[in-house]
Amino acid sequence: MRTIEVLGSGCPNCRRLEANAREAVTMAGVEAEVRHVTDPREIVGRGVMSTPGLVIDGRVVSTGRIPSAGDIALWLSEAG
Amino acid sequence: MTAIALPRLGRRVPLPVVAGTAAVAWLVAWIVEAPAADWLTFTVLGLEHESHFGEAVAFLLEDLPKVLLLLTGIVTLVTLIRGFFPPERVRPLLVGRGLLPGSFAAAGIGVITPFCSCSAVPLFIGFVEAGVPLGVTFAFLIASPMVNEVALVMLWGLFGPGIALAYMAAGLTVAIAGGLVIGRLGLERYVEDYVWDLQGRPNTVIAVRLTWADRLGDAWSYTRTLVRKLLPYLFIGIGIGALIHGYAPTDLVASLGGRSNPLAVPIVVLLAVPMYSNAAGTIPIVQALLGKGLPLGTTLAFMMAVTAISLPEFVILRRVIKLPLLAVFIGVVSTGIIAIGFLFNFFVS
Repeated sequence: MRTIEVLGSGCPNCRRLEANAREAVTMAGVEAEVRHVTDPREIVGRGVMSTPGLVIDGRVVSTGRIPSAGDIALWLSEAG
Repeated sequence: MTAIALPRLGRRVPLPVVAGTAAVAWLVAWIVEAPAADWLTFTVLGLEHESHFGEAVAFLLEDLPKVLLLLTGIVTLVTLIRGFFPPERVRPLLVGRGLLPGSFAAAGIGVITPFCSCSAVPLFIGFVEAGVPLGVTFAFLIASPMVNEVALVMLWGLFGPGIALAYMAAGLTVAIAGGLVIGRLGLERYVEDYVWDLQGRPNTVIAVRLTWADRLGDAWSYTRTLVRKLLPYLFIGIGIGALIHGYAPTDLVASLGGRSNPLAVPIVVLLAVPMYSNAAGTIPIVQALLGKGLPLGTTLAFMMAVTAISLPEFVILRRVIKLPLLAVFIGVVSTGIIAIGFLFNFFVS
C-alpha cells in the first residue's frame, strides 16, 4: 500500500493536484491512499513552503507546481 | 508489476525547436503589430486621425494585441526564471541576518521569488520557525506581491526604463521601511503562539529536481492560466483606457487627480483596495491616465495599492498573526504607498 499526500490549504491548485494524483493511481495501477494535508504546521514540517506540495511514501517529490497525472504515475511506478 | 503504458507528453518535436519557433513568432508579431493596427484603423476602416472615435479605436486595436504579446512573452520568461528561486531555496539566505541587512535582502529576494497568497501561511511559519526575524519576514511579505515583476517589465515595455525603475525602487523602499518599522516596534507577541512553539524544530531541507521540459511546461501553463484569467480585466481595462484616451478631457483628469489636489493620492489608494490584485490588468488604465496628465506619483500609488493591498491575503494572514500586528502591517503598507505617491509628485515633474 502506497501513500500519497497532497500538501495544501485546500485552494483550487491543491484540489487540482489531488485530482491528478487520484488519476495517476488509476493509471499506474497501484494501490495507494491519497491524503490531503491542510495543517500548515505539518506542511512546513515536511520542508514545504510553496504549496501545493506532493509527497509519495514520505518523500517530497514536488513543490509549488501541479505535476500532470502522467508524471505522477511515472513517479509511482519508478519508486515502486 | 505489470507493464503499463504511460502517456508521452507531446515530445514529438524537440524542445529547443518548439521554444525557438515560439520566440521568433513572438518577435515578428511584436514588430508588425503597431503598423498593422494603424493601417487597419485609418486605411481599412477609414477613420480620421483627428476624431475621438478614430483615436479610441486605434488605441484599442493597437493596445490589446500589444499588451497580450507583452504578457505572454514576459510572464513565460519571468515564470521560468522565478522557478529557480523557490522559498525553500531562498530561506537559508535570510536566516541569521540582522534587521537592516536582512530587510534589504528579503525585499530583493521577495521580488524574484514566486509567491501566491495561498502559500502565505506556510511561508510565514517556515520563515519564523527557521529564525528569520519578524521584520525581515514582513519585508519579504510586502515586497513579494508589491514589486510585481510582470508589472515591472510591462512598465518597461510600455513606458521605458525610467518609470519601471521608479516603480521598483518605490516598492523596495516601502518593503524595507516596513520591515524596519515592524522589526523595531517589537510586535513578536502578536504572532500566534503556536507559531513560536515551532521555532527551533529541525528544518527539513528538500531539493526537488526539475528538467527543462518541466520548467518550460510549467511556465507556459502558468502563462496560459494567467492570461485567460486576465483577459476580461484587460478588455474592461483597455475599454476604459480607450474611452479615457479618446474622450476624457485632459483638463478634467489633470485637475481632479493633479498635483493641486492633495487628496488625490489617498483617494486612488482607497479606490484600489477592492480591486483584484493583479497589476498587469491595471496597466492599460494607468497608461491612459498618465497620458491624460495624471501625475506619476498618483499613478504609481494606484498600481502599488492594487497589488499590495489585498483583502484575501489579510484574511489568510490572520491565521498566523493577531489583529494588532495585522493592523500595523496594513497601516505601514498604506502609509508607505501614500508617502511614495506624494514624494514622486513632489520631485518628478
